[in-house]
Amino acid sequence: MAGEPRKPPLRLAARLRRALGGQAGWGGVVVQILFVALVLWVGYEIIENARANLQAQRIASGFGFMSNTASFAVSQALIPYTESDTYARVFVVGLLNTLLVSIIGIVIATIIGVLVALGRLSPNWLLARISGGYVELIRNLPLLFQILFWYLAVLATLPNPRQSISLFGAVFLSNRGLVVPNPVPQASFGVFVVAIVIGIVASLVMGFYARRRLFATGQKLSIWPFVLAMLLGLPLLAFVLFGAPLTFDMPQLRGFNFAGGARILPEFAALTIALSTYTAAFIAEIVRAGIQSVPKGQMEAGASLGLSRGETLRLIVIPQAMRVILPPLTNQYLNLTKNSSLAVAIGYPDLFSVFAGTTLSQTGQAVEIIALTMGVYLLISLVTSALMSLYGWRINRSLAA
Amino acid sequence: MPRDVTIRRKRRTIEKGHSMKRVSLALISFFAVGFVQAAFVQVVHAQAQDKPKDRGTLQSVKDRGTLSCGVSQGLPGFSAPDDKGNWTGLDVDVCRAIAAAIFNDPSKVKFVPLSAKDRFTALQSGEIDVLSRNSTWTLSRDTSLGLNYTGITYYDGQGFLARKSLKVNSALELNGASICVQTGTTNEQNVSDYFKANNMKYELIAFSTADETIKAYESGRCDVFTSDVSQLYAERLKLAAPTDHAVLPEVISKEPLGPVVRHGDDQWFDIVKWTLFAMVNAEELAITQKNVDEMAKSAKPELKRIFGTDGSLGEQLGLTKDWVTRIIKAVGNYGESFDRNVGAGSKLQIARGLNKLWNQGGLQYAPPIR
Repeated sequence: MAGEPRKPPLRLAARLRRALGGQAGWGGVVVQILFVALVLWVGYEIIENARANLQAQRIASGFGFMSNTASFAVSQALIPYTESDTYARVFVVGLLNTLLVSIIGIVIATIIGVLVALGRLSPNWLLARISGGYVELIRNLPLLFQILFWYLAVLATLPNPRQSISLFGAVFLSNRGLVVPNPVPQASFGVFVVAIVIGIVASLVMGFYARRRLFATGQKLSIWPFVLAMLLGLPLLAFVLFGAPLTFDMPQLRGFNFAGGARILPEFAALTIALSTYTAAFIAEIVRAGIQSVPKGQMEAGASLGLSRGETLRLIVIPQAMRVILPPLTNQYLNLTKNSSLAVAIGYPDLFSVFAGTTLSQTGQAVEIIALTMGVYLLISLVTSALMSLYGWRINRSLAA
Repeated sequence: MPRDVTIRRKRRTIEKGHSMKRVSLALISFFAVGFVQAAFVQVVHAQAQDKPKDRGTLQSVKDRGTLSCGVSQGLPGFSAPDDKGNWTGLDVDVCRAIAAAIFNDPSKVKFVPLSAKDRFTALQSGEIDVLSRNSTWTLSRDTSLGLNYTGITYYDGQGFLARKSLKVNSALELNGASICVQTGTTNEQNVSDYFKANNMKYELIAFSTADETIKAYESGRCDVFTSDVSQLYAERLKLAAPTDHAVLPEVISKEPLGPVVRHGDDQWFDIVKWTLFAMVNAEELAITQKNVDEMAKSAKPELKRIFGTDGSLGEQLGLTKDWVTRIIKAVGNYGESFDRNVGAGSKLQIARGLNKLWNQGGLQYAPPIR
């Protein structure tokens, strides 16, 4: 690097030529412009053709239908929803259901995946074999089959609500789902939440302080008693002073189903279990590969520094492994989100089912609805991968520092 | 210095040679891609014109040699493949009748099984020529979907199927029940109207196919299964113990089922419409599969018009003079088809009810062929 003479700065035209045309120069620029024009023209032809055909058959187009009344029920809605709401609200309900199952699925899949990966790397013969067996079994069976298995072969065999499995008369498990007491916030709920937030913030500040202290002086501060006091003591104090923040709405069997309480639908449970166990098998392999990609010498170096095995893993091996793990892990998260559209097979009301399914067949606005649904899945995927890239960038920065 | 310059110059010429090659390569591939894409766009155009207006559905069916008919994914009595893979049913007979009228061969039909969700898109996009799949006639489907209902093959209504062990005798006792339904149907909306009107709560679980729906009902996920009454009888046959389940007496909606075509081809609309009318008229005039040849010789003016021995009514439709003879020989009259597929002569044993002829107390009424 140092031996070569410095190149003179390229002039503007030359720089432009290089940026646009690459090695091929101005010829390349022309080809690229022509190619872009061609792509635009083909795209225009396709859209224009579809529009003309729709008009010829007098099929209504546009997004006006979104404000029409949906008039169908949805079994699970995170925001208040009734049949007299609009298709726009159906869209939001479906989107939230997709996000819910994706986020919970991603969290569970990551936990199971990491545990299985550690199990596979463990020197314990039995544990390693069981983890290996899990990976080979789960990742080699089709996902749709697994979803149907959990739904029809496992959860559907639970007893009916009248003979449900009961825990302390408060939690009921039946083929209609898991019914638990529903927490209802009381007047003191706000104070309680504030207490928890203060506890968390104070703990973070103390952690930060202890870390700086460690780096500055090499002294280790033991802060866990204070953290415990903050996290448990403050809310407890709020509870004593202002009374219970929550009461519970207990479920009761009335007629066909349970009235009151909160319910986890079997469709949601089956989909979440299937998605997270399936994706976990892939994540396990990714994590295992990541950990094994870190040279053994790093572990030994950590040990020679006097770090414990856990500390070596946490401070040395995992950060380096993360660089390898992150890109394929992002793929798995994206896959899980997209696979959640298989929900339609078991009647879980996700975006694909209620919007690209029911709404589509009721309104017939295929082009608009499919375009919107594709756009949303694309957006979710892009946001996910942007967040993961951000995380990856931070890891790389801290490793480089 | 001078040595350095020559080296640099050499390098540049080498680079230039490379870049020339690259440009020509890029240009070649550009033109190749261009041709392929131009061809593709032409195909898209051609397909667009292939569909409704320019050549007409009848002509494209004739050119293709088969009628493409959208049916259910297996609903006994209406459209279901038998153990040899032959499609049978009331809806199937309509398609066979159309094929018979065009080709004089009821087997020239390609059946396309469709879920409730996909059926209208398949018709709109031109994948099928006619949709004959227990589809309810509603205003919005007739207008904003760009479709035309051609008539009513079956007057149906929505009902509920429940386990006898639940000891429910009326749909009004279903407050709080879980209900399984197939998505993309009018049933989904009717349930909402009915429960709201009667101030009852319910939980609706919607599945994409009829099979998934009935499986979920059988597994106990739902207390009741709701659909058109005819379908309830048909789906009940698929259950392990059909006699443990009963259809509740309430019928909560009007479900007129009939064949559907696309907007924009009136001739095709007429053909499908009058094929069904021909079957109904044949029953009214007691023309059956067995006696059709004898009846064709009749001197009655009405029969002469129908059988094309007088006038050219069939040709006005774009068909042949003997179009009715072809239809009746292939599938029989409406009553025969009904009995064979869903009525007394079938497993379903559904009573004619509303589907009796108008002069026997029912609603089936066809305009005269003249």
